[in-house]
Amino acid sequence: MSLLQVNRVNHSYNSKRFFKWKDQMNKALSDISFSIEEGKCVGLLGTSGAGKSTLGKVILGIQRPQQGQILFQGHDIYNADKRTRQMLRRDLQVVFQDSYSAVNPRMTAERIISEPLENYEKLTVGERRKTVISLLERVDLSEKDLKKYPHQFSGGQLQRINIARAISLKPKLIVLDESVSSVDMVTQSLILDLLKGLKEDFGLSYLFITHDIKAAFSISDTIGVLEKGELIQMYDSKDQFFSSKHPVVMQMKDSILAEHPRFRSIFN
Amino acid sequence: MGTYILKRILAIIPIFLLVTLLTFGMINLSPVDPAEAYLVASHIQPTDELLAQKRQEFGLDQPLLTQYVNTIVSISQFDFGKSYITNKPVWEEVSSRMPATIQLTFGSLLIAIVVSIPLGFLAGIKKNSAIDHFSRILSFIGASIPSFWLGYLFIFFFSVKLDLFPVEGIGTWKHLVLPSLTLALPLIALYTRLLRASVLENLQEPYILFARTRGIQEKAIMGKHVLKIAISPMITGLGMNLGKLMTGTIIVEAVFSWPGFGRYFIEAIFNRDVPVIQCYVLLAAAIFIFSNLIIDLLQMYIDPRISRKGRQHQ
Repeated sequence: MSLLQVNRVNHSYNSKRFFKWKDQMNKALSDISFSIEEGKCVGLLGTSGAGKSTLGKVILGIQRPQQGQILFQGHDIYNADKRTRQMLRRDLQVVFQDSYSAVNPRMTAERIISEPLENYEKLTVGERRKTVISLLERVDLSEKDLKKYPHQFSGGQLQRINIARAISLKPKLIVLDESVSSVDMVTQSLILDLLKGLKEDFGLSYLFITHDIKAAFSISDTIGVLEKGELIQMYDSKDQFFSSKHPVVMQMKDSILAEHPRFRSIFN
Repeated sequence: MGTYILKRILAIIPIFLLVTLLTFGMINLSPVDPAEAYLVASHIQPTDELLAQKRQEFGLDQPLLTQYVNTIVSISQFDFGKSYITNKPVWEEVSSRMPATIQLTFGSLLIAIVVSIPLGFLAGIKKNSAIDHFSRILSFIGASIPSFWLGYLFIFFFSVKLDLFPVEGIGTWKHLVLPSLTLALPLIALYTRLLRASVLENLQEPYILFARTRGIQEKAIMGKHVLKIAISPMITGLGMNLGKLMTGTIIVEAVFSWPGFGRYFIEAIFNRDVPVIQCYVLLAAAIFIFSNLIIDLLQMYIDPRISRKGRQHQ
């Protein structure tokens, strides 16, 4: 059984107009099916508006799809009872793109990271602090950062705090929704390395949603390409992706800049 | 933190100087002569001779600058002088009336807080529910009814008809209920709306949605994230109203014959009783400054970002 199974998910946004007959249905996801195995990372690649974030929301259980099913550990997350859902949420954590809006600006790093622990586990104050410190160290921050507030961290550091919070409960799957897209290249590769290490250590699975082809390939085992709400193809390797003749993939390949400017061409 | 508080307290001195200068100037600009006002108030026919005598007695014959300096010097020694009208020391009169006013202020604030926090919070998280509509109607009524009318309504129903509370005066907690309630209702109206609006605003924050996504229980989200932050505009409002309540309860005092200092000061204004007016203005300034200081400290405690900014400026 797969860890996560997405079964024929359809969703469209209704954009209401002033006159009812002019209402428009914008198809965000059409007939999407795929699955994530335990310990694997699935990348979802797509341009803006391809439906990546909608799919992320659907999988996280905050956007009920109009049709289709999300099975996580064999449970349908939208039709599970409250207790099961609470249990599933524990194993399904998330790191969002905007690290600042994902945390309460009035909480210290310690309280941010310990919030899931408080919620799910009965730990003493000392145990909790020890766990938080070890989590901070795991994401290359230190005990000194315990009492700092979000505005005292850089974007990359704060994203690491978000990651520490996400792994605090040792979940099975983490949804990374553009998690490394708003940091600089160096920070990005550091965070990607961190994520790869965590995946090894905890046997995590990732759903890595991104528009960045290089980032997607550096971490994913399988890559799906989304375009206009449709999942065009799943590619199991880099070679498969680059040898694909699909027009959308061709376009994506063209947009990658060569490593060296000599090989870049503007008019081709 | 300590230096910050000290700085704020030291800042009171220039404010006080300015306040005394302004009141002194305005009293002297007014066409009414305090000596004449005194004689009229004591039902004595003012003659030139009597006026001159009284002016000398009050020190009004001296140059303005001398008068002002004398006032400052005596105030700095905590001597507000004697009332022109009653000839009693001003501070004695004020401090004997202060407990009643403080009682009334804190009684009404307590009622306002106890009612508006749960009401505003529930109205916010259950938008457009029965409780939201109820709070809206209550706020509408509370904001529109003038307090003198409300006071008499309360007296009519609760004292005369139902005989639950005494009609007027001060003494037991029962005496306090009606006047506090009268003062509290407009505050409840204001705070409930303030709190509801900021709860709604906070619920829109992305980290609230994300907390739900991560499976944090609703109770924890509401308590730790929403309420604690939403309450901050209300605290600001509270600070502003504390000063207003302490200095402006005159109507309610009159309705319930409450022996606070509101009426004492109003009479002083009618009689041009300069020392009393001077004392009132300074007291009001002090109350506003201190309540603002307390509120700022509270805000710092709730939102650590504020104190950061404060420290950076130092």
